[in-house]
Amino acid sequence: MSTRLSKGGRLIDRTAACEFTFNGKRLKGYKGDTLAAALLANDQMLLGRSFKYHRPRGLVASGAEEPNALVNMGEGGRFEPNQRVTTTELFDGLTCTSQNHWPSLEFDVGVVNNYAARFLPAGFYYKTFIHPRFAWKHVFEPIVRQSAGLGKVPKERDADRYEQAYGFCDVLVVGGGIAGLQAALTAGRAGKKVWLLEQTAHWGGRAVVDGVEIDGQPAEVWVKTALQALERMENVTLRARCMAAGSYDHGYVLCDEKVADHTPGDGRPRHRLWRLRAGQVIAATGAIERPLSFAGTDLPGVMLAAAVRDYVINWAVAPGDRTVVVTNNDDAYRTAIALKEAGLEVPVILDARASVTGDLPAKARAMGIRVETGKGIAKVKGGKRVTSVAICAQAGQGAVLEEIACDAVAMSGGWSPVVHLWSHCGGKLKWDEARAQFAPDKARPPINHDGSAMVLTAGAASGLLRSADVLADATEAAGGGATPEAADASEGAMLPVWVMPQGAPVQLRAKMWLDFQNDVKVSDVQLAAREGYTSVEHTKRYTTLGMATDQGKLSNINGLAILADSLSAPVPQVGTTTFRPPYTPVTIGALAGEARGEIFQPLRRTPIHDWHMAHNAYMEPVGLWQRPYCFPRAGETHAQAVHREVKNTRENVGLLDASTLGKIIVKGPDAGKFLDMLYTNVMSNLGIGKCRYGLMCNEQGFLSDDGVVARIDEDTWLCHTTSGGADRIHGWMEDWLQCEWWDWQVYTANVTEQYAQIAVVGPKARRVLEKLGGMDVSKEALPFMQWADGVLGGFRVRAYRISFSGELSYEIAVPASEGRAFWDALLAAGAEFGMMPYGTEGLHVLRAEKGFIMIGDETDGTVIPQDLNLGWAISKKKADYLGKRGQERPYLANPDRWKLVGLETLDGSVIPDGSIAPAPGLNANGQRNTQGRVTSTYFSPTLGKGIAMGLVKGGLSRVGEVIEMTRLDGSTLQAKIVDPVFYDKEGEKQNV
Amino acid sequence: MSKVVSALNGATAGGFASVREIGPLGMISLRAKPDVAGLAAAITAATGTALPAQRRIEMAGGNACAWMSPDEYLLIVPYDQVAGALATLADKLAGQHHLAVDVSDARAVFRLEGDAADQALMKLAPADLAALAPGEVRRTRLAQVAGAFWAADGGYTLVCFRSVAGYVMGLLTHSVTSGSELF
Repeated sequence: MSTRLSKGGRLIDRTAACEFTFNGKRLKGYKGDTLAAALLANDQMLLGRSFKYHRPRGLVASGAEEPNALVNMGEGGRFEPNQRVTTTELFDGLTCTSQNHWPSLEFDVGVVNNYAARFLPAGFYYKTFIHPRFAWKHVFEPIVRQSAGLGKVPKERDADRYEQAYGFCDVLVVGGGIAGLQAALTAGRAGKKVWLLEQTAHWGGRAVVDGVEIDGQPAEVWVKTALQALERMENVTLRARCMAAGSYDHGYVLCDEKVADHTPGDGRPRHRLWRLRAGQVIAATGAIERPLSFAGTDLPGVMLAAAVRDYVINWAVAPGDRTVVVTNNDDAYRTAIALKEAGLEVPVILDARASVTGDLPAKARAMGIRVETGKGIAKVKGGKRVTSVAICAQAGQGAVLEEIACDAVAMSGGWSPVVHLWSHCGGKLKWDEARAQFAPDKARPPINHDGSAMVLTAGAASGLLRSADVLADATEAAGGGATPEAADASEGAMLPVWVMPQGAPVQLRAKMWLDFQNDVKVSDVQLAAREGYTSVEHTKRYTTLGMATDQGKLSNINGLAILADSLSAPVPQVGTTTFRPPYTPVTIGALAGEARGEIFQPLRRTPIHDWHMAHNAYMEPVGLWQRPYCFPRAGETHAQAVHREVKNTRENVGLLDASTLGKIIVKGPDAGKFLDMLYTNVMSNLGIGKCRYGLMCNEQGFLSDDGVVARIDEDTWLCHTTSGGADRIHGWMEDWLQCEWWDWQVYTANVTEQYAQIAVVGPKARRVLEKLGGMDVSKEALPFMQWADGVLGGFRVRAYRISFSGELSYEIAVPASEGRAFWDALLAAGAEFGMMPYGTEGLHVLRAEKGFIMIGDETDGTVIPQDLNLGWAISKKKADYLGKRGQERPYLANPDRWKLVGLETLDGSVIPDGSIAPAPGLNANGQRNTQGRVTSTYFSPTLGKGIAMGLVKGGLSRVGEVIEMTRLDGSTLQAKIVDPVFYDKEGEKQNV
Repeated sequence: MSKVVSALNGATAGGFASVREIGPLGMISLRAKPDVAGLAAAITAATGTALPAQRRIEMAGGNACAWMSPDEYLLIVPYDQVAGALATLADKLAGQHHLAVDVSDARAVFRLEGDAADQALMKLAPADLAALAPGEVRRTRLAQVAGAFWAADGGYTLVCFRSVAGYVMGLLTHSVTSGSELF
């Protein structure tokens, strides 16, 4: 069993007990424990079930590489699945549950998949797609969905807050082991602005566990001194609990700081995503130990050798009473020695190498530990926990020589440098035969714009495993300087071992787990190779090797070595899969940062917004603007509100907040010429004080925006754009002025937000303004399509006689700061005339009754002005305008294009939005032919029936014809093609 | 002037730094190339400041002139003196190609104050604040919207568009929350 030792534990505080629960069981640990250590101390070795076969799984590792021990953490608003217990710091009151089992962790029905494993080999998922055809949808998919999967999806809103921050430094050192500390010291002493990150809560990395001496003292002392020195340097920033997730071009590194994971609810942001820009990145990210592949690798109790000694030394936790060590290198002897020193049994060290002579084996032997060379594990035995190992010769086929009882196995297959940050941005790797590892090829680093190395590695990340080499490498990476002396035990050569025993038959290989989280075995990779998957990238996807949340930190190298062996190719020829960010998963909350709730996205508000909210406006988004759709009164539906608002505007007077309308000033000696190019009609000859409607097209000829242009003075125009189009059109203007017509003397300014613009619309509009008083708004003084500056009710205004409703209409601009006051003044003055505000839906209905087009309804990026019968707004005289040549292309000049018409149902009903007009016959794809579609459709309160506009083949030449239009249910209704102007065809009402 | 209301009517927020919406502030967007004859004199006449060099803001009393782009300047004067300043510019730059418009109402202005005010900005703008020189103006973004700021009087003055004042206030409020200090 696993248990807490009575002494030791460099990271725990035995005076500070923490209570926590696992699957409802109340357990105890200490401050300084990881959740993994605390669970082990409570003999909780079984922690979850595997993804596919639901096999019992326990801890393998002690850090970020842990594949198995994922739990559902927390409850309610702090529930989060797939949390690695090895990187979760224990706190009092922590709650967690195991994942992927039903009905319980101890008894899981899904384990039948384990016995059906021969039917679930690599690629079975893809094979189910193919045959029998019906089976995927009706048989496999429901079963796979039920039985696969890890954590649960959180159901409640996240209770925590998150944020992001930007940082800048000369040197970013990632990793707080001795290499990182040395690199930071070196760069810091050189006066560089340095950031040093450590993903755990503790500094020092492996050296403090492994008995390294630096400058004649234990590594722990040197680490403490180094930290103190760094803390004293003003140019150095230290961040623990901060994981560098990915490196990107130009020294950009994304880092996840777990600010308050261990202190939930203390008010601090839970995570902070740092977006660092570094002149130089030094990846001192260490190395990860590899498992060995023998039958039963995945049984709870089989762990990485270094992890076993981490638990003993850091947290005083013994993973087992009797631990068998199995290895192909000297480093694992440290584990045997540590266990023995802690008073625990090590019945045997199985070393795959034929002869073993280094310092560490000598020490182990001297301590009385039995060392068996040339031996390996034939099979680990046990159910939910290791009970014994069967020993065999590494060179053979697994004939059992002896069975040894034990409750833990510590395995070591060598070390793989953590090269992620080096590789994310294109750093190349080379295969190191001696250490059997892919290490950074320092001749081919990821490079900056100037060809310099963007990322350097230091220490174990460079493939160096001896402390003196590690420190020297770190010093060099940081620019050179003094390096402390380091001493550790000498180590003999390791022996690459990819399968144990070497000649294992398929029965054993089918129980050798490579990828613990995704349940990929040696036999799966070999099957993939046999089925023709020679590329490591394809094999990965076919077998799912390395595709789990741990991204194959333990499995990738072993898997590709097996693949290489199966293909009889050298390992470097097979190569690695691509390293992609993030290094370990980053919670979505951190990526979203502050963007949630009220500030999820910028909502644009007009100066009159508060009034709308106070008057029950139903708001709708228009671009990022918030606009009132309608103002329902008590008991009114939205439709009823819209009808009332439209009728009142036609009969009395309506008030519209049109502040969102785009307003762009265009000024300069060449402004007229510029506008003549931008608009399809002529704007240069517009008289001062006058207004003209205009259309803008893109270069292809498609209608892009429309609006009324006002001539302000000799060289100044004001262009109104659509609400959603202001920024885009302003950018479009600047694009042409800066990139194409840079020698034209024109300046633009987007003054959209400078003004609150309020439309006073309806037959009584003039009487309202006359009541306010201050300027002459008569037909004579301010005729239709003109504007005037003046004063109304004491406000400085610019009044435009323009109409988007067909009624007598004034659009009045005032400075935004006075917008609300002016709105209030209009309401007060309009009360006796029955004035009511109306919203965007009323605006739409009013304009549709008049047959006015709306950008985004009648246009969709494929419509040209000619399609909308707007030929009158296209100058025939101008030599050029943007879109002119596009419109001359045969497809756009084709007389058969669908053109704008009005549509009226024979029964007065409203044509559904999105309705199309079917035509006889089928097209080449067997679909119904079409001859048109509806673009705008409303119930007209003014006319008391449904009205619509649409694009129909033949256009207005078919007026009077009745065509079919589809309903959503597939049935059709009959509609007559009519003139799109339904109301006041002569335009008398707007011109009074 | 009682009917003149700034975007958030002087809203405030606090935490490890303090946030205040100020204004309305008189602002003029002046577009002209720096070599336009009389430009420096026109700016001095309108604001009392010198013509700012690239990325600089020149200040004189409460007035200021900031460099916005190679052919754009932002002039800051008291709200009720905008018309006068515009008239001065029109007079001094008569005959020269330029554009000067009142944008006082198109903007919202904030003051961010406190010893750790820079930390609130570090959460919102991809700008290296340690490299922000005295008298330097930074046009950047505040999370998802455009913004500009400069350091003055022991804090920062921030400018954004009026319609997103509420959003920026929300950002700043979130960023200055006590307990979320960066260092």
